[in-house]
Amino acid sequence: MANHQHAAPAPVGGSLVNIVTLSCGVLIALMAAILVVRFLFGLGAVTNLNDGYPWGIWIAVDVVIGSAFACGGFSVAMLVYIFNKGEYHPLVRPALLASLFGYTLAGAGVIFDLGRWWNVWNMFWPGSINPNSVMFEVAVCITLYIVVMWIEFSPVVLEKLGKEDARKKVSKAMFFIIALGTVLPMMHQSSLGTLLVVMGGQVHPLWQTPALPLLYLLSAIFMGYAVVLFESCLTSTAYRRKLEMQMLTPMAKIMLGILAVFIVVRLGDVIVRGALPKAFAPSVEALMFWLEMACFIAPLVLIGAEANRRNPARLFLAGILLMLGGALMRLSGFLIGYETGGDFNYFPTLAEVLVTAGLFAVEVLGYIIITRRFPVLPREDVQAAH
Amino acid sequence: MGTRRDFLKGVMAGGAAATACAVAVPAAARETRPRPPEALGLLYDSTLCVGCKACVAACKQANNNPAEFSTVDHLWDTPLDTSGYTFNIIKMYRNGTMDQKDQETNGYAFMKTSCMHCADPSCVSACPVSAMTKDPVTGVVGYNPDKCIGCRYCVAACPFGIPKYQYDSPTGRIGKCELCRHRHKDGHYSACAEVCPTGATLFGKTSDLLAEAKRRLAMKPGEMNRFPRGRLRPAQEKALQGKPEGKGVMMRAGWRDEPDQSYETPAGKYLQHVYGEKEYGGTQVLKLSGVDFEKLGMPDLPPDAAAALSETIQHNLYGNLIMPFAVLGAMTWVAKRNVKPEDESSDKEGN
Repeated sequence: MANHQHAAPAPVGGSLVNIVTLSCGVLIALMAAILVVRFLFGLGAVTNLNDGYPWGIWIAVDVVIGSAFACGGFSVAMLVYIFNKGEYHPLVRPALLASLFGYTLAGAGVIFDLGRWWNVWNMFWPGSINPNSVMFEVAVCITLYIVVMWIEFSPVVLEKLGKEDARKKVSKAMFFIIALGTVLPMMHQSSLGTLLVVMGGQVHPLWQTPALPLLYLLSAIFMGYAVVLFESCLTSTAYRRKLEMQMLTPMAKIMLGILAVFIVVRLGDVIVRGALPKAFAPSVEALMFWLEMACFIAPLVLIGAEANRRNPARLFLAGILLMLGGALMRLSGFLIGYETGGDFNYFPTLAEVLVTAGLFAVEVLGYIIITRRFPVLPREDVQAAH
Repeated sequence: MGTRRDFLKGVMAGGAAATACAVAVPAAARETRPRPPEALGLLYDSTLCVGCKACVAACKQANNNPAEFSTVDHLWDTPLDTSGYTFNIIKMYRNGTMDQKDQETNGYAFMKTSCMHCADPSCVSACPVSAMTKDPVTGVVGYNPDKCIGCRYCVAACPFGIPKYQYDSPTGRIGKCELCRHRHKDGHYSACAEVCPTGATLFGKTSDLLAEAKRRLAMKPGEMNRFPRGRLRPAQEKALQGKPEGKGVMMRAGWRDEPDQSYETPAGKYLQHVYGEKEYGGTQVLKLSGVDFEKLGMPDLPPDAAAALSETIQHNLYGNLIMPFAVLGAMTWVAKRNVKPEDESSDKEGN
């Protein structure tokens, strides 16, 4: 049961003005300026999108990869509430916060990319929806999940505002919200993979398979844990707090278990479909495939042994590698391994990169402000140094 | 140890559920859809095409599209490919000395690029808001800008690279051939077929066009034969269907009356392949050629539509929301046991 003795969450405190928050502010301002141009003059004014590559990094990175990076909340909540591993409870709030930002921004990022954004209500209008469309399912699930996550996170805000009654009411229904918060990401993370199926032979055989939903779901789960490893290490360093090794070490083991299953499915699928020879062709795609595989296999070597999982540097590196591996698989499926024929090329413009960076900056800035002012991270005797 | 066992149980249940889904897929597979029986389409015969591009100009006019320039003088509409403003284009294949038309080496050939109006279109399956639809009777794949959210999933999904987006506009639309469905009510059919001087682009019911294509494949190359122009006339349709010609037959769909424009010309040297008969589950636009279709820019596609597989996966996982609700039920039950009301104990102590 979840009644382990943990330090209660508390605001970290400290100043909100420092080099990191200021840099974030600059990036956000740049993004805003670019978006003004985009909405006034169209997508072509700021992006390199074309009819051979109608989806660029705003979709592949901000939405597909960004939402997978935001699976920490879902992965940890599953661990704590579904598999009843109460000892991980202190990880829930920070992971949820990062997920909340990741998803909310992925949702915002979609709007930037929609060519006819004012019609977006059709996505929820019974007379317009198309249940055959994978994107319809993804969009509805992600929208619902963003709402669900805000409710999951609301006790933190209500606690800060001193609204105890409201907080108690929300808490009574929390078990259902948490259950929804595990089912919805399972649905849309798998469907983000299924999005590619209808593109058929335009997606390189190393990334086009009916197993896409399973591959994307499994990878989203271990990427969720990888992100938590990454964030915990980073937060501890930045705020000069103790590393939560007693939680991170066993969690890394669970992550490796899911990773192992994933690798078996990933390789098995490529072999069964007879696509393996494509991985040995002299092509960019083959190189990307092995880069991706290296990122998946390296963590098994790096933290495969229990002793190595107690080493924060190794955990941090393994976390980064898995985030990278999952990101590469998505980038290859959606962009690098996507080939529609004809003489189309795509490489993002600086403006596209800046918008992606700006979204990331909103996330970092929000995380800093909220952890410093709201009770998210476990209380610690040593407070933030600055 | 109890929690570990719980944990493993959870993992196994999850795995079993996932496996069950994977196994269930072929069981309820959605087949690739056939064309509607009254499907309308075009037959493009590359061997008859002279590359005059009257169809490109007529398409521009019929769809109110602006000219696109690829030359410095900006005098003529010279699009190099279909785009958000160009729904139909004639492309040219050139090889070596270009001595002979419809010849692969040292020859040249033309190819029309426009929407194929798939029997089971990927764009329609992909569109989340039903802005891209397939008419249940005519099978025309139409676009509705008032619903379109501009996500461009249709652009990404189409194996022919047909729906295109207007990136230069803040209110950009998707542009594609809709077989001039807006002109049908006035008795007009596809403008490209109406103006084609050689009958290289022919309008009609796809089933008749397929029969016409097979009739041409059976011809001896160089032998004089009669070729229809514009659209297939009722008498020609009946002949192709193997029925005796009758009088007073209602003209289907009320096309405007026009004189028989068929003419005699030597038959081309065809590849024995009707492109679009089987590709991706079949298309309503069919093509004949003397040069390999892939060389002319038509992709080599499998006989099944990707939409069928995509929707099979989608509906096995989410059909009627049975599985999501089952998983939600299980998760709620487990969470109810594991979530202490509030998690208060730990939260309160700190405050």
